[in-house]
Amino acid sequence: MKKVHVQLTLNGEPAEFLAEPRQTLLECLRDNLNLTGTKEGCGDGNCGSCSVLLDGQLVTSCLVLGVETDGLRVDTVEGIAKGSTLHPIQKAFIDNAALQCGICTPGFLMATKSLLEHNPNPTEPEIRLWLANNLCRCTGYDKIVRAVMIAAAEMQESAQ
Amino acid sequence: MRDSGPHESARGHVTGAALYTDDLLGRFPRLLHAWPVCAPHAHAALLRLDTDAALATPGVCTVLTGADVPGEGNTGANRHDEPMFPLEAMHHQQAVAWVLGETLEAAQRGAALVRAEYEELPPILTIEAAIAADSYLSGPHRMVRGDVSALERSALKFEGELRIGGQEHFYLETQCAIAWLDETGGVSVQCSTQHPAEAQEIAARVLNLPRSQVTVECLRMGGAFGGKEVQSNPWVAVAALGAWKTGRPVRVRLTRKLDMALTGKRHPYLIRYATGFAEDGRMEGLRATLYSDGGWSLDLSEPILWRSMFHCDNAYLLPNVELTGYVCRTHKTSQTAFRGFGGPQGMLAIEEILDQAARRLGMRPEAIRERNFYREGNSTHYGQPVKDASRIQRIWDELKASSSFEARREEIARWNADSPYRKRGIAMTPVKFGVSFTATFFNQAGALVLIFRDGSVQVNHGGTEMGQGLNTKVRRIAAETLGVPLEAIRLMPTNTGKVPNTAPTAASAGTDLNGAAVANACSELRERLREVAAALLDCAAVEVQFEQGRVSAPGKEPLPFGRVCEEAYRRRVSLSAEGYYRTPEIHYDPKTGRGRPFYYFAYGAAVSEVELESFTGDCRVRRVDLLEDVGDSLAEVIDRGQLEGGFVQGLGWLTIEELLWDSHGRLATAGASTYKLPSWSELPEVFKVSFLPRATEPGVIFGSKAVGEPPLMLAISAREAIREAIAAFGSGGPVHLDSPATPERIFFAIRAQQEQGGPA
Repeated sequence: MKKVHVQLTLNGEPAEFLAEPRQTLLECLRDNLNLTGTKEGCGDGNCGSCSVLLDGQLVTSCLVLGVETDGLRVDTVEGIAKGSTLHPIQKAFIDNAALQCGICTPGFLMATKSLLEHNPNPTEPEIRLWLANNLCRCTGYDKIVRAVMIAAAEMQESAQ
Repeated sequence: MRDSGPHESARGHVTGAALYTDDLLGRFPRLLHAWPVCAPHAHAALLRLDTDAALATPGVCTVLTGADVPGEGNTGANRHDEPMFPLEAMHHQQAVAWVLGETLEAAQRGAALVRAEYEELPPILTIEAAIAADSYLSGPHRMVRGDVSALERSALKFEGELRIGGQEHFYLETQCAIAWLDETGGVSVQCSTQHPAEAQEIAARVLNLPRSQVTVECLRMGGAFGGKEVQSNPWVAVAALGAWKTGRPVRVRLTRKLDMALTGKRHPYLIRYATGFAEDGRMEGLRATLYSDGGWSLDLSEPILWRSMFHCDNAYLLPNVELTGYVCRTHKTSQTAFRGFGGPQGMLAIEEILDQAARRLGMRPEAIRERNFYREGNSTHYGQPVKDASRIQRIWDELKASSSFEARREEIARWNADSPYRKRGIAMTPVKFGVSFTATFFNQAGALVLIFRDGSVQVNHGGTEMGQGLNTKVRRIAAETLGVPLEAIRLMPTNTGKVPNTAPTAASAGTDLNGAAVANACSELRERLREVAAALLDCAAVEVQFEQGRVSAPGKEPLPFGRVCEEAYRRRVSLSAEGYYRTPEIHYDPKTGRGRPFYYFAYGAAVSEVELESFTGDCRVRRVDLLEDVGDSLAEVIDRGQLEGGFVQGLGWLTIEELLWDSHGRLATAGASTYKLPSWSELPEVFKVSFLPRATEPGVIFGSKAVGEPPLMLAISAREAIREAIAAFGSGGPVHLDSPATPERIFFAIRAQQEQGGPA
């Protein structure tokens, strides 16, 4: 199959890759661009592990074709930190042990980033609802809620 | 308590830098992808396999069949009963051949073009059908104590049956292996496995190589829960064989649907029992037969069944008991280890029986539980003294108070009286879980610790990291034993070339075993360095202290740890050491069903409160309180994670996760869209977790206790709370409830209660 040239803004930088039209964004990120931080958990849009931001919208990258991202912005877990300085969401996940095996973590971080961009001061039910697309098999979720609430508070504080 | 720091890989997890097996693909030029040819029947003879069309497909490199195997084409760990290329398909979608392609897509297209002809054979798809056909993989196994005929003279006698569903592991990282040839004619493998040494053994067996020619490494796993203890072996074997045949790196990665279709799960059980109780609620006799659905091959089903039989007592004295166990052979995936390893099914049975007895005797369920607790001096039905038996009562009393159990019970009764369509229930259950592998030889571990001249340290051990925090705990153990900061310790990937002949990381024993082996190596090194430091500090060796990277003695200027290491090198003192540990005092004889299989017991208890809705059977978990004995916690954040995560996983098993096989043996719930995992709506609205204080466990590393499996069984409290709420819809009589208690089962159980007659 003839490959398609895709140009996009990836984690704030211009990037390009060649994609077969059938390849998902998830495959393009992992196999074509070697950005392996985004994980495949189910491959059918049900677990949220492969969540990325597409022009600021939270999507499961296993349900987006790579060629669809031409000219768009894609943000992945690799772009959250500024160099070696972790984002407050990342710090909160570490400090509150909101991770165990780590496979669902990149998806949760992207979903949290998206949540806090839409709603900087979410209630606990709002957090639960927004993150309902993301499955975790290890933690039992409770520490993830705490981490998101703490991250939100810290980001609010530093924004003031 | 010293701080263990955050999860050892936390920074990698949040930045995406932490690598898992399938993240390594880009490092292998000319890599081939493997895809299986799957049997479309649950049971069928393979008559013919025609690969011509597949081989003619562009991008297809080759098709692996039995003719390619230089050694023994069988991946069965114990009984050698799992042919890699079967001539008789034993479960739906079993792989009968593997296609290797330049791309995954090419391999998939090739697999679709392999023509296989089958003759369909009748499948056995339920435990009942297996019993009727005398289709057993193992059994009968027996455990007997006292005179079970005592139950015939009991004031209360009854019989019953309990069906317990299985559970899909749903580790978020599916099975994956990459194999390639090394320059010595050997094979190297990267894979996601809890048991690298067995992966090595299986690859060597298939390729007819000495094990020294096979190296297996596991960086970390994205969850495992028992599902990568032996079930990771077949994929390693295929990757290794593919690399052997083609000379190129080969990757086998199961997609989620394939993983769910091909890999084993928690065993479904059928338990039939007859029991007798005294009027005051004391159990006088129990006769039970446990049938586990083992699937098509033996796998770990025997020790899993034993553990079910060991845990049929949970925390209760069974004076007269006769247990019989069978592993049924059915045409399904080969059911396997899953957190709790049979223990949960055994415990579920006794909790079921106690509740049934309580409602017949008009006692409160928590009162009948308490009446039957083990007391100091008691032994289990397999002859092991119940060490620290009084902790069961202590935990019970502390949790009852801290959760305000009595007051809430009364409050719920009042609330229920005013609520015809919704009812609440509260229940409390204990857990006593035996820690150690029941296969005694597995209770050993090795370590290799390397100190470099600058004082930095690499720690190797035989355990594998699957998110449970083993490496976080081991890092603390190494740092404290050597007297260096956490940052000085680097945990290395698990590699059979560093620490050989290891046990799987399982049975909750990862830290007990590997932590102790690492401590052993670090102590040895510290004692060597002590002599060097004494010379540098000009003091007696006993005066030297190692702490936080400084080596000191009273009245002397402290030295950096690295300075002492450099001096040791110059004095030709070895800076590396191996460590070893074997659990003492344990033994078990499966023939007599007696021994001391466990080094100690982990204790805990839980209170759950639920609310049911009668029109739909919907269940909300309102509040959960857990109290667990983890000894002196090695890492509180890690242990808390194990408690919360284990409870929620158990809650999933008991309430919403349902494996459904259709009449053709096809798994109807083979994907994230049809198999319901606990999500945010199942998270208890209030979730309180605490550790039992003053619970140092002597003889275990740093006084800690195992924490991986026990919390899963705390979720039985939620099932019993559901039963309590169901009972509130009727007159409070016995409630029949098979597991999982899905909304559907709850709905029908409520109906049955309502038909018995409303509350008095």
